[in-house]
Amino acid sequence: MRIEDHPVLGKFEKGQKVRFSFDGKSLEGFEGEPIAIALRSNGVLIHRYTARRNEPRGVFCAIGRCTDCIMVVNGQPNIRTCVEPLKADMVVETQQGRGPAKESEVSHA
Amino acid sequence: MLRYEMICVGAGPAGLAAAIEAAKNGVQVVVFDENDRPGGQLFKQIHKFFGSREHRAKERGFNIGQAFLDQARETGVEVTLNAVVLGIYENGAMNVMIGDQVKQVRAQKIVVATGAAENMVPFPGWTLPGVIGAGAAQTMANIHGIRPGNKILMVGSGNVGIIVGYQMLQAGSRVAAIIDAAPKIGGYAVHAAKVARAGVPFLMSHTIKQAHGKECVTGATVIQVDSSWQPVAGTEKEFEVDTICIAVGLNPTTQLLGMAGCKMTHVPTLGGRIPVHDLDQETTVKGIYVAGDVSGIEEASTAIIEGRIAGLAIAHRLGYMDDGTFRKEREKQSQSMKGLRSGSHGERRAKAKEYLNAIMPAAI
Ligand SMILES: Cc1cc2nc3c(=O)[nH]c(=O)nc-3n(C[C@H](O)[C@H](O)[C@H](O)COP(=O)(O)OP(=O)(O)OC[C@H]3O[C@@H](n4cnc5c(N)ncnc54)[C@H](O)[C@@H]3O)c2cc1C
Ligand code: FES
Repeated sequence: MRIEDHPVLGKFEKGQKVRFSFDGKSLEGFEGEPIAIALRSNGVLIHRYTARRNEPRGVFCAIGRCTDCIMVVNGQPNIRTCVEPLKADMVVETQQGRGPAKESEVSHA
Repeated sequence: MLRYEMICVGAGPAGLAAAIEAAKNGVQVVVFDENDRPGGQLFKQIHKFFGSREHRAKERGFNIGQAFLDQARETGVEVTLNAVVLGIYENGAMNVMIGDQVKQVRAQKIVVATGAAENMVPFPGWTLPGVIGAGAAQTMANIHGIRPGNKILMVGSGNVGIIVGYQMLQAGSRVAAIIDAAPKIGGYAVHAAKVARAGVPFLMSHTIKQAHGKECVTGATVIQVDSSWQPVAGTEKEFEVDTICIAVGLNPTTQLLGMAGCKMTHVPTLGGRIPVHDLDQETTVKGIYVAGDVSGIEEASTAIIEGRIAGLAIAHRLGYMDDGTFRKEREKQSQSMKGLRSGSHGERRAKAKEYLNAIMPAAI
């Protein structure tokens, strides 16, 4: 899925190659790029399942506006992965509904 | 509370142009942008711009963006990123969230240049992973270097749909078709011709009926519509695609203006609900100016000129420019705007802007 040599932009400048975990699997991405981009380069498109109807959701706006891409990152739910930069050894998990946090801690916006 | 002579909300082409023009004339300016990089939409645009040389045609959006940033630095404009403006209140007071801290700031003059958001069309399956906005496709391919999909259906044949369609080809994706419910292609003919030459079929008077797939998009059903936009049974066509890209127009991001009490009006040609403003880009709330897509959806080049006019007007009102110079400078900008708002697309926008300026005549 990565664009190796773009006809206009050439090569893309990326950070260091790092490993991170996604639902227990070890994957590779570039440090500093949005988590969602690293996931997509590994073919992962589903980021979460909705609370009520258990429907899959993935990236929609890619600029942090729609919250479709939220996941559990290092144990913290509701992280917008399309804007959150990837760091080495991050633990990324598919979010089920509102995630593992206590109901009272979660914003319903 | 931090005080400034002028605050610009949004570091897209409109906001940066306003800031540079004012700063050049001596105004002390700060620009806030919620993004972590400045330039607004410009940095996603890798195609050569249309228009005249004066308007930097043939240059690519991201190069224009870079030139703007250099100029901002040279003129002493302060650009603060990761800064979301939450609200504009009385007498130029503003709440801005920088990082995770909310700060109160105040300015004598404010330029709101917040751009626009994408419209959405709901259809069965539209929430499936693989249905994305056109802006998202651009962000992925042109900023992060990743293909949004291998085979894409583009919904919408305006400039955004056509240009992003072409950029998907450049990114190495296949574009199965560009569809539009309208009977005629919405975007500029030159762009459409280029995409058609690359082998992408245009299906006019067609809409999307459904996206298929359980976990992700695996295909789409497209159906013809009649002259009253009703689906014609039996005309369904199936497309095997993994991505459906939605490019059905933009709407101005006017929340801050509504909050500040600016009078709004509905102008369909300019993208819907927009702030009433005069020739100097000033709204009905004194001291609050608008420029770019937030004051009516147009193009980067018109956004830049509107920004410059707002910047000049502010320099003038703050006493950095005399009446004569201001009138002369504004006239120069208006003239180049006339050039941009020509042709059948441009004239409609020019008329709509004249309508606005008639509601609210300029101060000088
Ligand atoms: C695919 C595509 C192709 C295009 N091609 C062309 C072309 O060839 N030629 C052309 O002339 N035009 C083109 N355009 C149009 C052009 O990009 C826009 O008209 C132009 O970018 C509008 O500039 P702007 O400054 O008004 O808004 P934007 O560029 O959208 O900038 C607005 C900025 O405001 C910030 N912001 C919003 N709300 C807040 C807030 N509350 N607090 C802080 N910051 C905020 C945003 O982060 C953003 O950076 C194209 C547009 C698209 C989408
Ligand atoms: S995709 Fe919309 S917030 Fe991440």
